[in-house]
Amino acid sequence: MGNYKSTLLDPLIDKNPITFHILGICSALAVTSRLETSIVMSIAVIFVLSMSNFSISLIRNHMPGSIRILIEMTIIASLVIIADQVIKAFAYQISKQLSVYVGLIITNCILMGRAEAFASKNTPVKSLVDGFGNALGYSCVLIAIGTIRELVGTGKLLGFTVLPVVTDGGWYVPNGLFLLAPSAFFLIGLLIWAIRTWKPEQQEKD
Amino acid sequence: MSADSTKKTIATAIIISLVCSVLVSVTAVSLRPVQIKNMRLDRLQNILMAAGIEAKKDEAEKLYRDRITPIIIELETGEELGKNEFDRFLNLEDFDIKKVAAHPDYGKAIPAERDIAGIKRMPKFMPVYLVKSGGLTERIIFPLYGKGLWSTMYGFMALDRDLTTIKGFTFYEHGETPGLGGEVDNPRWKATWKGKLAFDKEWNVRIQVIKGEVDPGSAEAKYQIDGLSGSTLTTRGVDSLVRFWLGPDGYGPYFERLRGDGTDG
Repeated sequence: MGNYKSTLLDPLIDKNPITFHILGICSALAVTSRLETSIVMSIAVIFVLSMSNFSISLIRNHMPGSIRILIEMTIIASLVIIADQVIKAFAYQISKQLSVYVGLIITNCILMGRAEAFASKNTPVKSLVDGFGNALGYSCVLIAIGTIRELVGTGKLLGFTVLPVVTDGGWYVPNGLFLLAPSAFFLIGLLIWAIRTWKPEQQEKD
Repeated sequence: MSADSTKKTIATAIIISLVCSVLVSVTAVSLRPVQIKNMRLDRLQNILMAAGIEAKKDEAEKLYRDRITPIIIELETGEELGKNEFDRFLNLEDFDIKKVAAHPDYGKAIPAERDIAGIKRMPKFMPVYLVKSGGLTERIIFPLYGKGLWSTMYGFMALDRDLTTIKGFTFYEHGETPGLGGEVDNPRWKATWKGKLAFDKEWNVRIQVIKGEVDPGSAEAKYQIDGLSGSTLTTRGVDSLVRFWLGPDGYGPYFERLRGDGTDG
């Protein structure tokens, strides 16, 4: 049982896919300019990664070595299309803002990484837990970065005014840089620095 | 039989492909109606917004049917298209500007020197939405689009029956930088268009988005809109696309016709 717990919780901080494995950075830069899009993206990745890990693990003993990667990609791509279609149907406004990035989950390294490193060697339920945990770790970073970027960049959170901005008659001068992709780079860099200072065992040896 | 034999490999590939394609098709087909409804509602809400009618999602359909009379016009002549000329591309239900512009017969290329909106091709026909009240046309709403910094921006503008006063302006699709150029979406900025004059007395297009803030004391103020700070290129794009569509290559001939026989007709 303790095994399942560490499978679920390790990816949150100790083996976080973004801050420890440095995977999935591109989507973390692209969708975090607002909190709402970060949350929807997180939900999509949680769904796709849990399901892909589960299904790949189900057929792991029948997987022909020569087309292993192709099969994994097919399963991941199908799940991503399903997630994208559902978002388009039920959250149309958000799907306009996320544009291509839901589709790009297919190329998110975290998915292939977990499929290869975990799901192809472990039981379905354990793989499901691993996928869920990793997606959760990804989500934590996404939501943290999304919160900072939207708040500093626009003075709002989820579209609600937190810091009244000057153009609306308030006092807060928003920092536009935080809405551009480079700011996510800085923030993720600072986050990695903070975590590795707190947990020195994550530091890579020279 | 081992998992790596040729037979097993092919069998696995076929089974996986079949299962995945069934799943994807079922989702796509079953959700399609909801998605089409969403897109339509989004467009209706934007038309209503340009008309100055606040509409919630569930009442948009009804308000649109009650208040708006859509027509299709031929841009070059300004003439209204008869219902018998409608077809798969030209119809009021799902007029798709992108598809019509790309169509070899219904779209046309714009000579580079006149293409100030940066759109390369444009439809020869456009839908126009009339807000009527008591049989009289109150407002005329028309779609316009053009290049911003990153994306093509699609929007609607509403003109008063005097064909001069801007009553509303909104973008429904763009991919500009959120918080900078994306502020073309900002309700406060969009509200600044209300009451500005698009043309002068001689019917020259005068409306312009300037860099910085409009000096309210200046004689030109009634033709000017504040630029968005931090987004010079998006602002320039908005300025160009508005001038393009109000001008002779856009709705110019249509407005001329309306001026000729009055907007009441």
